[in-house]
Formats: sequence, C-alpha cells, structure tokens
Amino acid sequence: MNFLERTLSSFVNAMERALYAEELAQANGLLQRLDPRIKVVSMLALVIAVAMAHKLWVIGAVFAGAVLLAVSSCIPLASLARRAWIPVLLFTGIIALPAPFVVPGREVWRIPWLAWPITAQGLSSAGYLISRVETAATLSLLLILSTPWSHVLKALRVFRMPVVLVVILGMAYRYIFLLLASAHAMLESRRSRLVGKLEGPERRRLAAASVGVLISRTLEMSGDVYDAMLARGFRGEVRVLDDFRTTPLDWIMLAVLAALAAAAFYGGR
Amino acid sequence: MPDPVFEVSAVTFRYHQVTALENLSLTIPPGQRVALLGANGSGKSTLLRILDGLIFPDTGSVAFCGESLSEERLQDAGFARQFRRRVGLVFQNPDIQIFSPTVFDEVAFGPLQLQWPKEKVRAEVERMLEAMKIAHLKDRSPHHLSTGEKKRVTLASVLVLDPAVLLLDEPTAALDPKSASQMIDFLISLRGGAKTVVATTHDLDILEDVADYCFVIQAGRVVAQGAPAEVLRETSLLEQTNLVHAHRHLHPSGEIHSHPHLHSHKH
Repeated sequence: MNFLERTLSSFVNAMERALYAEELAQANGLLQRLDPRIKVVSMLALVIAVAMAHKLWVIGAVFAGAVLLAVSSCIPLASLARRAWIPVLLFTGIIALPAPFVVPGREVWRIPWLAWPITAQGLSSAGYLISRVETAATLSLLLILSTPWSHVLKALRVFRMPVVLVVILGMAYRYIFLLLASAHAMLESRRSRLVGKLEGPERRRLAAASVGVLISRTLEMSGDVYDAMLARGFRGEVRVLDDFRTTPLDWIMLAVLAALAAAAFYGGR
Repeated sequence: MPDPVFEVSAVTFRYHQVTALENLSLTIPPGQRVALLGANGSGKSTLLRILDGLIFPDTGSVAFCGESLSEERLQDAGFARQFRRRVGLVFQNPDIQIFSPTVFDEVAFGPLQLQWPKEKVRAEVERMLEAMKIAHLKDRSPHHLSTGEKKRVTLASVLVLDPAVLLLDEPTAALDPKSASQMIDFLISLRGGAKTVVATTHDLDILEDVADYCFVIQAGRVVAQGAPAEVLRETSLLEQTNLVHAHRHLHPSGEIHSHPHLHSHKH
C-alpha cells in the first residue's frame, strides 16, 4: 500500500471509529440511559480512587466492575480490548519494563545468561502501574463510548468548565469530520491521477501542500462560520442549553458507583 | 406608505482589489418576494451579506425600515437584537451555518443568543423541528445529515426566530429534485405578504413561482428589474448576463440545433 492509500485508509478508519462510537452511545444499555453528569462525576471518582489505591485486589475489583458495566451497556469487550487494553498494555508495559530489574527488594528470579535479578517489589510496582492505567483507561473509555461527545462536554459544566470552552470543543468536533472528508477528497483526487510510486521528497511535498490547502480552507471557513453566528445574534457571549433530566435510575447508579469509589478509596489505603 | 424594508443607495463594495458591487441601488418593499438574479460572481451573495449587516459598503448607504444599517448602529445591543430577530439569513453552504454538535443545539442557538427563556427555547425548538419534519434528527450530528436535511435544518434554525425578513442564498442549490421542490413549495407558501423574502438564484425555471419582483445583477450593478414575466422576456439581456445560454439540443422532431432558450414546464 503506498503513501496515499495508507493516508486515505487512516482517514477512513478515523471516521469509522468516531461513527462507531456514536452508534454505541445511542444503544439501549445501562450507561447510555444515565444522565451524563452522573456518569462524568462517577467515573472521575472511580479513576481517582483507583489512582490512590495501594492494594492490587481493590484495583482488580474496580476493573471487574468496569467490565460488568461494559457488558450491561452493550459495549463489546473486543472494542475495549482494541481501543484501551492492548494499547495501554503495550505503552505502559514499555514504561514499566525496567521496574522489575531496578527496584530493590526480594529476588524472585534471575534471567538466565544475563543474570539480571527480578524482584518481587519491582514486579509489584510494574503491576500497580499497569493495572491503574488499564482501569482508568477502561473507565474513561466507557464514559466516551456510552455518551455522545456533545453531552460529555455539556456535562463537564458540572465542574464549572467555561461555556465558551464547551462551545469551542463542540464546534471543533463538528468540523473535524468536515475537514477529514475534505482531506479525503483531496487525496483521492490525487490518487486518481497517480501513475507509479511517490518517492520520499514527493510524499513530503504532497503532505505539506495538503496541510497548507486545508489550513487555508479552514481559515476561510472559520470567517464564514463566524458570520453565520453573528447573523443569529451572537455578540461574543455564548449560551448553551443543558437538556439533562435525572431519573430515579440516575440516583441509584450514582449511589452505587459512589459507594464503589468510596470502598475502593478506603479499602485501598 | 410604509418604509421599504431595505433601501440600498449607491453602494460600492470591494474585496481587496476586486469590486463586487459598484454604485448599486435598489429598494425592497415589505411583504414582497424578491429575486436577485445573476451569474456566478455577479455580486448577489455580497449584496445579501450587506443586507444582513455582516459586511458594510465602502461607499453608499443601506437602510432597514428607515433606520441606517451601519456598523456603528449594530454596536447598539438593543438595535442588534431587534435586527437579528427580524432578519434571518440562510447561507448557501449549510456546513457554514450548522456549527453546533447536534440539530437540536443548532436550532436552539439563535433563540438562546437572543436570551429567550430556556423553557420557551425548548418549546419553540421542538415545535419548529416538528413543523420542518426533522424531529427525528434532533440528536443527530451534522455529518450524519444529507444535503437536503442540512438545508431543512438551516431553514429551521432561522425560522425558529419567526423573522419578518428572510434572506436566502441560492435556496435550491445542490438539492435533489424532491428536496428542491419542497423548498420551492415553502417559498410559494410565503406569497401574499406573510414575510419579505430576498432570494438569490440563477435558476430561471423557478423564478415565476418564487418571486413577485426581480433584479438582474451583473458585475455588481443592477442592469434590469421588473416582474419575473417581464424579465424572462428579455432573452438578449439574459444571455448577456449569462443567465441563459445557447447549447445544442434535440427537438421532438429530431432536429438538433442551438439557440438561447429557457427550459420551462408551464401548464
């Protein structure tokens, strides 16, 4: 696959992943039925509790709870594995890899030929790091996959996030798809006129030119979008409408998740 | 006699070195459906933006209901709120106008910026979504919408304010026949003075249906004006302004030739 095809493929993958996430957020699962504010507060509390826990079994219990939430929310475990578990294991694993060898403690094994000692305390450090990150990533991903992105942003207002930031991020999300589609069309048109292979300098020239054209279009469009906002009464201060309404299920789940977070916090000390 | 809705006097506007409008004057009376005809690049969209107070002429003046429409005047919050409430612009490119993450947020944007109470905003948005038959799209993201759906959303986002004046930039552009006919039906329904409509177009087939009066614009100037039937009779003018063309076509008799003409479907 050449450079153009790889780039086109990555654009298509990005759009598909985003669309898939939006479909999951509309499913009829447990988390999807909850008020976004309840989810944001609960997930944050659980992430903090896990980050401060000093017992592996506590972190494991929260992870098991997250997996249970995923299953009851129609979120495929394969999706979690692909988006969180495997990438986190690889990335955090690389960071944690030296720990078993450099952290002093009781030796449990020695690597043959190299004679490098592996300590129990080193393994424990690596285990804590990886398990905390896996659990935190899982909880964060559950929030994103079970909630439309615009609702996540509005729900962050519960932490007094400025309205203008909510609007800016919402608009950025909206226009990323348009820019992806535009970039896709540009590269497809280039590909339709390509004979042979693009060499390194050609590829870099093409990438730079594409970026330049996209920036130019973005700047022009941003001026037009601003005009469209002015035409509907915008005068520098933005207002949004939070259409969230809590139900008894929200309060029950808040109580359950808050209890789990509290148990993890105190049990993990 | 009521003040004209818009009075444009000797307006000139330039984009850097390019003159988009030159010494252009026209008057739009209340309750009329007006079409601004012209080829691409004739200055129609620029004029529409001037009428909506988004850009301001280099020379000349624009008045809205007898009041000067200037940059300074629009700094006044009270006047600006009233003007934005009474005049709505639907852009040609719906992707410019749909900047919110969901359809509901988009339609609610205008009322919220005009500081309507939140309960009223909710009620009016729901009512408008039902009226435009897009209630099922309310939580949809814009990138999931077809062009026809986007056009209906942009129209809803402006109509929710119930403006007295509608400015429409190429309302049927890029629409499939069914969506275009729905838009035309909507414009026809505004006949009789319910609203003042100013629409730019170069689609002569729909002119008599959607307009009571038209201005022909070429190179930033008004070169002709009148009722649609009068303007459509001026074939040489329409050819000169690139609104009709001569192309080879097949007659039912089997003869192939070319001459300037309009395609029409009159009953």
